[in-house]
Amino acid sequence: MTQTIYAPDFMTGDEFSIPTFRVLNPEGELHDEAQAPELTRDHARRIYHAMLSTRIMDERMMAAQRQGRLSFYMQCTGEEASVVGATAALDDADMIMAQYREQGALMYRGFSFDEFMNQLFGNELDYGKGRQMPVHYGSRKLHYMTISSPLATQIPQATGYAYGQKLAKEGHCTLTFFGEGAASEGDFHAALNMASVHQVPVIFFCRNNGYAISTPANEQFAADGIAPRAFGYRMHVIRVDGNDVLAVYEATHQARKIAVEKNQPVLIEAMTYRLAAHSSSDDPSGYRAKSEEETWRLKDPILRMQKWLNHKEWWSDDEETETQERLRREVLETMKRAEKRPSPALDTLISDVYADVTPALQHQFDALKQHIRRYPEAYPRGAKSLDLDVRDVANHAGGE
Amino acid sequence: MPTMNMLQAINNALDIAMAEDEKVVCFGEDVGIFGGVFRATSHLQEKYGKARCFNTPLVEQGIIGFANGLAAQGGVPVAEIQFADYIFPAFDQIVNETAKFRYRSGDLFNVGGLTIRTPYGGGINGGLYHSQSPEAYFVHTPGLKVVVPRNPYQAKGLLLAAIRDPDPVIFFEPKRLYRASTGEVPEEDYQLPIGEAEITKEGTDVTLVGWGAQMEVIDKAVALAEEAGIACEVIDLRSLLPWDADTVAESVLKTGRLVITHEAPLTGGFAGEIATTIQERCFLYLESPIARVTGLDTPFPLTLEKEYFPDHLKIFEAIQHSVNF
Repeated sequence: MTQTIYAPDFMTGDEFSIPTFRVLNPEGELHDEAQAPELTRDHARRIYHAMLSTRIMDERMMAAQRQGRLSFYMQCTGEEASVVGATAALDDADMIMAQYREQGALMYRGFSFDEFMNQLFGNELDYGKGRQMPVHYGSRKLHYMTISSPLATQIPQATGYAYGQKLAKEGHCTLTFFGEGAASEGDFHAALNMASVHQVPVIFFCRNNGYAISTPANEQFAADGIAPRAFGYRMHVIRVDGNDVLAVYEATHQARKIAVEKNQPVLIEAMTYRLAAHSSSDDPSGYRAKSEEETWRLKDPILRMQKWLNHKEWWSDDEETETQERLRREVLETMKRAEKRPSPALDTLISDVYADVTPALQHQFDALKQHIRRYPEAYPRGAKSLDLDVRDVANHAGGE
Repeated sequence: MPTMNMLQAINNALDIAMAEDEKVVCFGEDVGIFGGVFRATSHLQEKYGKARCFNTPLVEQGIIGFANGLAAQGGVPVAEIQFADYIFPAFDQIVNETAKFRYRSGDLFNVGGLTIRTPYGGGINGGLYHSQSPEAYFVHTPGLKVVVPRNPYQAKGLLLAAIRDPDPVIFFEPKRLYRASTGEVPEEDYQLPIGEAEITKEGTDVTLVGWGAQMEVIDKAVALAEEAGIACEVIDLRSLLPWDADTVAESVLKTGRLVITHEAPLTGGFAGEIATTIQERCFLYLESPIARVTGLDTPFPLTLEKEYFPDHLKIFEAIQHSVNF
């Protein structure tokens, strides 16, 4: 309903204040007025296990990057409750279109350490055939769209994907993850507007982790976070404590109902903190204080959930120690396996550009192979995947 | 066989595709009940419902982002960008997403179902922003296919092929010919091959290569050349990515001369790619330098459109120059 005024009266949005939904306090106890979501013991343990596995894999792989075993890495550290909590509230066949820091979602859905490692090392078993930098995972069987580096492109794609799910009438939705920095991209606005106009079952899950590389949130936007933008699109919105796994789970659970039952989009803004660097190429000491990091370390989402599980007697300190040891061992073993595996075959250079290799591309490839035959020692990976006699290669190299 | 103009042929192709496969969905700005600003999608919403033919908000990056997602889900989107001049907000979605979807996922996911239709080209007093021919930007992007029809018959057959092609296709429609070009078009379903050029006229003295609206201009130039006793071979490339270098090379081996024409500016235009490939393959057979007749390296003008345009006289002059070299 349009209200008329007869003197100018400007608004800024400060008239609205968006509350933050919380269930657990930092001690892992329920807030007085809060209720725990309906989670079984097994489900709660599956969530915790995925969060813990993500943390341990991240620590180990960042160390591997520092040792020079891996070219690049990105940690989910500090945001495990946001990512795993949201994923756990979905049906396992709902589509997830993530940004790049959401390996916890795949962990929850059962991506194995071997599968992670094959991608990270770009070996011949990598589903992506060694074409993308580390952490660009994808899994068709787990309904997890392959990661793409350009920021926010996945957000309007999620709207389109969910539109297809709506037409298919199979009761599925899409959840897309993105950071508060990516929400500045035009694709974010395009996606939310189209989802609202076309009534699409999609959940826009913003991980507001405080930083886009070095740029703090207060230099990213002037408003009260990302959540108020939903008003402009007349979209359901909720802000949630992103380090509180029960709150994230419950908010996403309710959001999914709105999406699937009403075919309406929902925006969730999870307030969290990127405890680690942006990536292995970044050093946060140049742009934020250690003390700030320490404050957030006290709000560690994994510790908080662990305490809650302990209160419920669904988890124990002994189990914690055993699990951590087992996970560290598994990560190490699978890493050793993956880094020894050969690179993808040379012909994966030209496959999948199109459904079928075009004659022109085949022609370029044939010329490349002839060149490699002439200089096999200069292209060790290429030479190995050609039908060259290994002794010829050795002789040729030795003769120089 | 009925006579159709190009818009009717395109509309007819969309109708056939939507009737055959319920996964085919058409959308874009003003595409719904209005049927698009050029009416290419007329009556499709009435026939197939709002869920399968609809207006989108005015946001090209959203249209193609949405289309990429829908195609990845298994849909067959036919997205319209109202003018090719306005495709650039969607450039990231097309170049970084559409084109690389299959490759980057190791074929776990693809957007092969996607077709992007967009009117291009000058000759309608459209000035800078309703006249451009941006094909070269996209031809530089592995993973895309780029198709341009020259008349109604070609438009229908190539569009049906594009929609059913396992790879994403950008379908540039010569808007100057939307109503100006008419011809016999079969009512039934048929497809024309993507990636194959067509020799529209055989000749022995010089080869002319073009695509889309420029084919009509070539024909006028050829008429002048034939009067002057020059036998021209004319090739419509039809598909720019992939493009049929074999057919062009074979022709130039015979004629020894090549004139390429497009509306887009000279520098970095697709004629440069054709010229390079042909000199590689036909070097010892060339009787004269390969000629390019194109727009100038300026933005597309308005009042001086006629002077800018690579018209039949400029092409005729290039033919004469090539033959008399």
